[in-house]
Amino acid sequence: MTDVYLNNKFAGNIKNPEDFVERIINERRMGKLPITINCRHNKKSDEVRIESSGGRAVRPLIVVKNGKPLLSEKHIEQLKKNDLLWSDLVKQGMIEYLDASEEENALVAFSEDELEEESTHLEVNPLDILGLATSFVPFGHYNHGVRLSQGSKNQKQAIGFYMANFYIRIDMDVNLLHYPQYPIVKTLTHETLKYEKHPSGQNLIVAVMSYEGYNMEDAIVINKGSVDRGLARSTYYRPANVEERRYSGGLIDDVSIPDKDVNGFRSEEDYKFLEEDGIIYPEAKVGEGDVIIGKTSPPRFLNALEEFDLTSSSRRESSVALKHGERGIVDFVTLTENVEGNKLIQVRLRDQKIPEIGDKFTSRHGQKGVISIVVPEEDIPFSASGIKPDLIFSPHGIPSRMTMAHMIELLAGKTGCLAGRKVDGTIFSSEKEKNLRKELLDLGFSEDGCETMYNGITGEKYKARIFIGNMYYLKLKHMVSNKVHSRARGPIQLLTRQPTEGRANEGGLRLGEMEKDTFVAHGTSLVLKERFDSDKTIVPICEVCGLIAINDSRKETSFCPVCGENSEISNVEMSYAFKLMLDEMKSITIYPKLKLKGKY
Amino acid sequence: MNKIIKEYVDKLPNKILLDVESALPEKCVDSKIKKIMEEMYKEYLYSLADPGESVGLVGAESIGEPGTQMTLNTFHFAGVSELNVTTGLPRIIEILDARKKIKTNMMELYLKKECSGSKNVKKIAEKIKEKTLESYTKEVIINVADMKMIIALYPKELSEADLTVGIVSKILGKSFKKFKFKVENKLLTVISSSKDDALKEMYKLKEKIKDTHISGIKGISQVLPVKRGNEYVIVTAGSNLKEIMKKDFFDSERIISNDLFEIEKTFGIEATRQLVINEVVKVLDAQGINIDIRHIMMVSDAMTMSGKVCGINRYGIVKDKPSVLARASFETPMNHLFDAALIGEEDYLNSVIENVMINQAVPVGTGLPGLVIKVK
Repeated sequence: MTDVYLNNKFAGNIKNPEDFVERIINERRMGKLPITINCRHNKKSDEVRIESSGGRAVRPLIVVKNGKPLLSEKHIEQLKKNDLLWSDLVKQGMIEYLDASEEENALVAFSEDELEEESTHLEVNPLDILGLATSFVPFGHYNHGVRLSQGSKNQKQAIGFYMANFYIRIDMDVNLLHYPQYPIVKTLTHETLKYEKHPSGQNLIVAVMSYEGYNMEDAIVINKGSVDRGLARSTYYRPANVEERRYSGGLIDDVSIPDKDVNGFRSEEDYKFLEEDGIIYPEAKVGEGDVIIGKTSPPRFLNALEEFDLTSSSRRESSVALKHGERGIVDFVTLTENVEGNKLIQVRLRDQKIPEIGDKFTSRHGQKGVISIVVPEEDIPFSASGIKPDLIFSPHGIPSRMTMAHMIELLAGKTGCLAGRKVDGTIFSSEKEKNLRKELLDLGFSEDGCETMYNGITGEKYKARIFIGNMYYLKLKHMVSNKVHSRARGPIQLLTRQPTEGRANEGGLRLGEMEKDTFVAHGTSLVLKERFDSDKTIVPICEVCGLIAINDSRKETSFCPVCGENSEISNVEMSYAFKLMLDEMKSITIYPKLKLKGKY
Repeated sequence: MNKIIKEYVDKLPNKILLDVESALPEKCVDSKIKKIMEEMYKEYLYSLADPGESVGLVGAESIGEPGTQMTLNTFHFAGVSELNVTTGLPRIIEILDARKKIKTNMMELYLKKECSGSKNVKKIAEKIKEKTLESYTKEVIINVADMKMIIALYPKELSEADLTVGIVSKILGKSFKKFKFKVENKLLTVISSSKDDALKEMYKLKEKIKDTHISGIKGISQVLPVKRGNEYVIVTAGSNLKEIMKKDFFDSERIISNDLFEIEKTFGIEATRQLVINEVVKVLDAQGINIDIRHIMMVSDAMTMSGKVCGINRYGIVKDKPSVLARASFETPMNHLFDAALIGEEDYLNSVIENVMINQAVPVGTGLPGLVIKVK
């Protein structure tokens, strides 16, 4: 007897599990049972599990009987004529959806010529074994597997035309590519997903060559002329939200230009962009420190007296201002109400990003790189016909990574561009490289895609012929202007007096323990001391008890709270962190007594 | 030794002097020898570590950096008839931590010349392998009616190990005093001496008796004779130096175990120092990593200089640091601070880490020299 479970609940016993499962599947194919039902006999544990619950991942497959797919050429003809629909195929049991469990007992043929006598299903398209992003990689079957997944990972970070209604949306941290293009070398997935409606890259002219050593280590060289003509420009949108919160006691936030006597008032200058309502106007060009929405909040804690005196002096300033290193133009201002009925102000900032040194680009084959130089157009190498590449890619990126598809795409892109058509690069069923080469030859170009090129600076002919063509390049969302950071002096933390952390806080760059070790290893101990004196303090120490004394700067005297006025007190220089540790030791009842000794 | 070379006895290490002497051509003018020795001395002084050189930290970085590459490419040969020995980073950690129980201990046993024939080796190897009764047992029958257990043994295997059923029964008799062991018809018969619960006892015994050690040396679970150069070496999994040293067919001067504490117990601390070096070098060589041996020698020195093996952790060499702050900055700071407070420990701020903490010049490199003249 075999146990039967329906949606993981015991339903009963049956005698012949094989027949039972076959019947369920047959009834599903005949349309008597819903197509979302899946059923499987687990031979190991000898139980039958039937699933009908939601949330399972299912995928369509062509049903195969006696080694022949039920979907025949005749059906495909009908499909082409629109006499037959996908839903009809499912209804007629030619295509069915399997979940992970039922797939376990299925033998799925990858393609028609792999069909065997025992096969139960056939893949609708070999493309189905790939994920969405991976199927976007053209000529993927020529690539090393690792590069394929890296290429798909990179595509997820590409900036493009993410949504058509972007102008009326307020999204967090989005980028929008100017003049996005549909790839010349496309795949089936690009078509099915209407990629032309939301493309995320541009077709660039790429030359595979070295340029004065500027494209070492995956760096890329980019043409200033192309940049000036708008190549790979993008806009960065970032919102600022403010809500007029209500607090206990009928107190409420107030969006307005803060009064001068408000606690924490910045400076007149910082509020210069605010209009009477306390909100910035559109198209204002703002920079670091500028207030976007002026707001004051009621005090955090009310003492008995203040409760009756709610003048502005007790209120807190809580405006939204741009943090260190941020800039932009106010794009859009909305005034609404949120779910709780509070007044909600949303301001969208925009910032144009022109490609610059440090911006990250990638082809669709995991060949990512960073711009190392933007070369003036006159210095860019040119071909005999006068073509100048938009981007120069280093040939050293190819051998170790074995991304053959990168080069085939370049060739295919060139062919497609010259022939004025799109090239199909769908994985497993792409156009043949041989045909592309022949077409290129027929167009009057060298079949290997190489061209004679001239040095843009000297005008000399290069000895080598340069591989040049069109490629679909993606601009990735990591741009230097969002990341650059440096500091000499700046804010410190209250507790440790050490520099703050992070770019947004204008923080320091941590010299960590291992970095410290390198100074010690070099024996440069005075350099080390200097690097670590960001929290240096001078502490008065009582020489009798060895504890921290008090320095009265008004009377210009020092005294020890333990030993009194008469004890000898010396000033000692130490890191504030150490002083803090001494204090913490006292708090755990340890008496850290400092014994002082002359330095010389 | 040459007169001129002799002058350098206190200045240069003996090994260098001997090397120079053997390398000298037969006829060599004294002035030339003198020149050679002068150059030699200069070179020697030049290659010494400078005062204030942070040898420890440079050593740590020199081992640590290649160590980061190691983690990724540790691999095993699956299915090859080899002893499974821990290598790679896990083994390095094991050595430097001075673990009491290591994952896979092993020995390399060299044989004395007279017994190093290939036939002998196999026999000896089999002999020292630890064997329990189970490996000799063909069948165990419990006769419920007579309250007897009959154990049939493999005669061939017994004779190969120079055993008889009688010897086995004596060995068993020693470890299970509650039962009587007899030999009947070449079969081992066991009778319980206690009356009550005899059957239950018998069943318990049946399981226990399987694991009784019969022959070989305890702890040696696997043996593998390997040919090295002209002679055979027995590589064993599991080690028991004490028992091995008792056997007279092994060359006791070349026996090696990879267990630090066992070596320390049997051969002493100097041998342990060398073992640490050898074992670390062995792992690094296998990974194709080239680290100057002096770094490893210093680590080994640090581990063994106290006369006992100290791991590089808070129970080992960090525990012996004289500075409270240095110990507290490593691990478990509270314990160190409280313990120091209890006995009123004083910290003289003599080493690196304390001075980093209070932001003073660390006493290495440029921070080492001080003013000799006292300013009044």
